This record gives sequence, C-alpha cells and structure tokens, in this order.
Amino acid sequence: MKKQLYWEDVADGGEITPLSKIATTAMLVRWAGGSGDFNPLHYDKVFAEGAGVGQPIVHGALKRQWLIQLMTDWIGDQGWLKQFSCQYRAMDIPRAMRTMTDPVDGETWLCKGKVTKKYIDGDAHCVDCDIWIENGKGEITTPGKATVILPARN
Amino acid sequence: MPAEEISQVIGKSVGVRMFEVERGAIRRFADAVGDANPLFRDVDYAHKSHYGDIIAPPGFFGWPLKQPMGSPLVVEFPAELMGPLMKAGYMAATALDGGMEYDFFLPVYAGDTLTSSTIVKDVRERTGRGGKMCFIILETTYLNQNGDLVAKARASTIMRSLSA
Repeated sequence: MKKQLYWEDVADGGEITPLSKIATTAMLVRWAGGSGDFNPLHYDKVFAEGAGVGQPIVHGALKRQWLIQLMTDWIGDQGWLKQFSCQYRAMDIPRAMRTMTDPVDGETWLCKGKVTKKYIDGDAHCVDCDIWIENGKGEITTPGKATVILPARN
Repeated sequence: MPAEEISQVIGKSVGVRMFEVERGAIRRFADAVGDANPLFRDVDYAHKSHYGDIIAPPGFFGWPLKQPMGSPLVVEFPAELMGPLMKAGYMAATALDGGMEYDFFLPVYAGDTLTSSTIVKDVRERTGRGGKMCFIILETTYLNQNGDLVAKARASTIMRSLSA
C-alpha cells in the first residue's frame, strides 16, 4: 500500500510529486488500441504530412491521461479527483523505435503541478492545483487545472 | 460563419450510446498510459481497498456496445453542425483535439454499463495568427446502470478555416 496523502500534509504553493514520461511510436500504437483512437495522424508519417502536421504527434488524450495519473498517484487510494481540465497547446513528437524494444534518444516529458488553494467545502477537504506538461526544452505544451478531495486526519 | 445556423445546433443531441466497462479493457487502457496503479489492475488489492473492486482510471469509460464493426469510437459531428461549418470554409480534416474538462462524481467499476448522452455545448470562432479557427465543445454526460451520474466531459475540437 502506498503512503496516503492527507489534506493536512498539503500547503499552498506546495509541489505535486512530478511524473516523468516518454512517448515512442510503439507506445502511441498501444494507446490507439487501449483508447480506441485510431486516427492515423498518430502513427502514419505519410498521413501526418498530408494533414500538415509533418510527422506523427502524441495524442492529446494520452497527455491528458498522463496528467490524470500525476493526480491519482499523488492523492493516493483515498483521494478523489473531482475536477480536471487540460488544453493541448503544442504538439509533442514521439521517439522512433531503434529496435523492437528500445527507442532512439529523444525527449522526456515532465508532468508537474502546484497547489493553488486549499479549503473546506461542506465536509469535503479540497485542494485546487495548477498542472502542466513540460517538453524536453522546458516549454509547457499542456497546461491544466485539477481539484481533488483528500482525506483529513481529524 | 452563419451565426443563426450555428446557434440552432447548440444544445442539440449528438447521440446516446452505451458503454461496457470490462476489467481487461481497464488494464489495457492503464497499460497504454504506463500507469501501474494496482486499483486499476490487481483484483486482490482492489477488493481490500475502500472501493472493493477494480475501478477505471478517471477518463476511461469503457467501449461502446452495439456498434457496427469498424465504426469509429469517437462521436462524429452531426450534419446540422458540419453543414454551416463547411460553408464557412472549415475542413473536418483540420480537426485537432483542443482539450478536455471533466467533473467526476462517482467511480467507474469493472462490470459497469454506462449510458452516455452527448450534446453540442458551444461553437465559438476566433481569429488567430493562422487565420480563423473554430472551437466546438461537445458535452457528454455518463450515467451508470443504477441511473447515477458518474461524470461529465466537455471535449473541445479545433478546426481551421481556408477562408480569411
């Protein structure tokens, strides 16, 4: 069992434990199968060129789920993700595969977040957060917001 | 864009669908995210948790039932919406996912059957550096088999226009 985060453990301006992710073309095919989004934009170079994007790009919805994982990892089994939003502002490019299992070198993304407000709403102990994904250059490609309910010690 | 035609589409239903939430589908979804959380994959762990069973990661609502083979999983825009958009120079081929907003009310459990209802929530035009863009917001409400509200999702799609 992971350590549970409690509302009392959280402070305004506090950092959410970052989550690092890579994306490979193989992972995007896996995401297509797992999510049901078979848009060739995400795995077919010729199609992506024709669509004016140039090369296959990471699914927005996969980046969304990375940010959701950032939150569910942080709040633990007893936390509840109440509200979530994110915008896909910039394109992210997956790494090509060098072998069956290993990608070429490339970008690593960091999912990050910061507490903006903690408060009690009725009997719910709530925390508002700014969240985002940074690409390898440190640019934010996917900003968002989340509100979580955490268990309280008393 | 003909504002009147568009405003008539806002609030219109895009469709009602049923979704089956299978344990294996939850695991494959979590695998694709790279999320090892045992709540989504370990039955013994989930039974001992306060949920009492495997739950889906927030954002996963299962796979649609009663769809013909090969039909797209995504909701297609209705003709009443695409008609005026195409007249205004917008091309479906330029559609990009713009973002997502969720309100989560109840957990989604393995074995649930969800009913989703989608409406056109809003259509807005904006002029940016690359010309005219249109933001289309679809709102989907998910109910579980008990009729309880599970989640609301507002998905935005961005289309670009050829005309100035």
